[in-house]
Amino acid sequence: MAATLPLSPQKEYPENSPMERVTPRGEPASRRRVLPWADVVFSLLVHAAAWLTLLLLLGILGSLLVGAMPAIREFGLGFLVTTEWDPVQLKFGGLVMIYGTLMTSFIALLIAVPVSFGIALFLTELSPQWLKRPLGVAVELLAAVPSIVYGMWGLMVFGPLLATYVQQPLQAVFGKVPVLGALLSGPPVGIGILSAGIILAIMIIPFIAAVMRDVFETTPPMLKESAYGLGSTTWEVVSRVVLPFTKTGVVGAVMLGLGRALGETMAVTFVIGNFNQLDSLSLFQAANSITSALANEFAEAGEGLHQAALMYLALILFFITFTVLAASRLLLSRLRRGEGGRT
Amino acid sequence: MSSSMGKLGTLDTRRMALHRRRKAVNAVALTLALAAMAFGVFWLVWILVETVRLGLGGLAWSVFTESTPPPQAEVGGLANAIVGSLVMVSLATLLGTPIGVLAGIYLAEYGKRSWLGAVTGFINDILLSAPSIVIGLFVYAVVVARVKSFSGFAGVLALALIVIPVVVRTTENMLSLIPNALREAAYALGTPKWKVILSVTLKAARAGVTTGVLLALARVAGETAPLLFTSLSNQFFSWNLGAPMASLPVTIFKFAMSPYENWQKLAWAGVFLITIGVLALNILARVLFRNKS
Repeated sequence: MAATLPLSPQKEYPENSPMERVTPRGEPASRRRVLPWADVVFSLLVHAAAWLTLLLLLGILGSLLVGAMPAIREFGLGFLVTTEWDPVQLKFGGLVMIYGTLMTSFIALLIAVPVSFGIALFLTELSPQWLKRPLGVAVELLAAVPSIVYGMWGLMVFGPLLATYVQQPLQAVFGKVPVLGALLSGPPVGIGILSAGIILAIMIIPFIAAVMRDVFETTPPMLKESAYGLGSTTWEVVSRVVLPFTKTGVVGAVMLGLGRALGETMAVTFVIGNFNQLDSLSLFQAANSITSALANEFAEAGEGLHQAALMYLALILFFITFTVLAASRLLLSRLRRGEGGRT
Repeated sequence: MSSSMGKLGTLDTRRMALHRRRKAVNAVALTLALAAMAFGVFWLVWILVETVRLGLGGLAWSVFTESTPPPQAEVGGLANAIVGSLVMVSLATLLGTPIGVLAGIYLAEYGKRSWLGAVTGFINDILLSAPSIVIGLFVYAVVVARVKSFSGFAGVLALALIVIPVVVRTTENMLSLIPNALREAAYALGTPKWKVILSVTLKAARAGVTTGVLLALARVAGETAPLLFTSLSNQFFSWNLGAPMASLPVTIFKFAMSPYENWQKLAWAGVFLITIGVLALNILARVLFRNKS
């Protein structure tokens, strides 16, 4: 073979010297192109900015870890399951705040997920064309309202109404029922886990709804039209075509909302009551969350174990939200990549 | 014959029943969706109405001219808080925008296929929704604890760290929308890369990038948590960034939680100002982006 086709490049040069194929023989070695200095400087600048973003995350993690170290050494992992929080005797445990953060976020998701799903469904399948944009903008504006406004409104307007028209009647009706009664015990003043959960729900509904709407819109129209063509109702198209197609994205949207709820400070601090107790699991009882403990105590906490314990709490919060948000981003990006690739 | 007719009849009625049930389920689901939409809009309207009603009640000319009063004083305003917020928010935006735009340029023009690009994009998305109070703690640990004093500078830094991810995300998205033909045309004319980016792609994406900056501005204007342990607050009027500085959100927080009626009234006025400002910025950003794109 080699003898019959001597000019074939594949045969002429053995595989272990591929350079010979690229550089013509007898020519001078090509000069490296020299980048203009401005290009070098600019490239350095943008790289530095990108690295800065990365370092920011590492810096946050590092500073929290260093700040929390005294508390980690003193209390270890037992911190996670102890309820005592005594700045005078320097005994700290984070269970009350961790419970408050998780419970309020759970209530918020319980309310926000079905409602946001309904809003996304309405915006993608039901709304007349002329209403889509104004309603979409309204939802996005609701997402832009600063959380302190929600907090203030929750404390001054919503809390009292919740106490009078929801908590008191509920207690009157269910107060004697064994388990439910315990959940509803406590002073009905509109402050506590339940109000914080509801305010959080109102806050994250627009976030989840906006992302879910975008996710629903990635469904190829062809799939939906085929289902409609077979005589499916709108609900069947959404539940059997759109949802299965976008399920990772929907979960991602919910996780994004959860991440927001866990890390929210102001809306919670106003209405949770900032009361370190876990004796009563009542939803009406004032409690505390990680963020509100930080907001209320950190500036006054002297350097030492108290501050370190708060840093420890912040580290736990950062760890939880980081995990949730990372999962959310991975799910959402998987959907983006798989867009149209599946049937 | 009659028996087969009967069978067909039951089949038909069964089919009709199924059809009716499907329609009923559909109607229920769609009604619930409509209810959910109404539910969402209901809160927006309620919150805005209360904010305007109670906010206008507390608004007076003195809000803009007087500094924060002691409890139960007759006169007083929010002038120091408004000025503090304006100063810190604008400095934070000035500081955060260039870094954010540069990192956004990196993601869109340099790092599309590199690991650094992928990781930076991912981390940036997480920072975008990370708890802002943690950013405040970070700046406290790095700046305030070292210098041993709360300061306006620390507040500016904390807010800038929140501006960056917002600007990075929008800049990258907007630059990615620019068609490659534009870049190729510029390269074909022998333009160096930095010039292609600055005077072709970035220029084409100008409206989108400006939108991102406005949204970032709106976001930090309402941020309270990162300022609590950085700029703290200040009872008096002050331009000094080296000392604790008042800001609108922190003042609202302090006043709203107090039992004093004059403080609560001022807090509502502050909430009104912030809401109007943030919503105006958002609407401006939308209008701008819509006109240019």
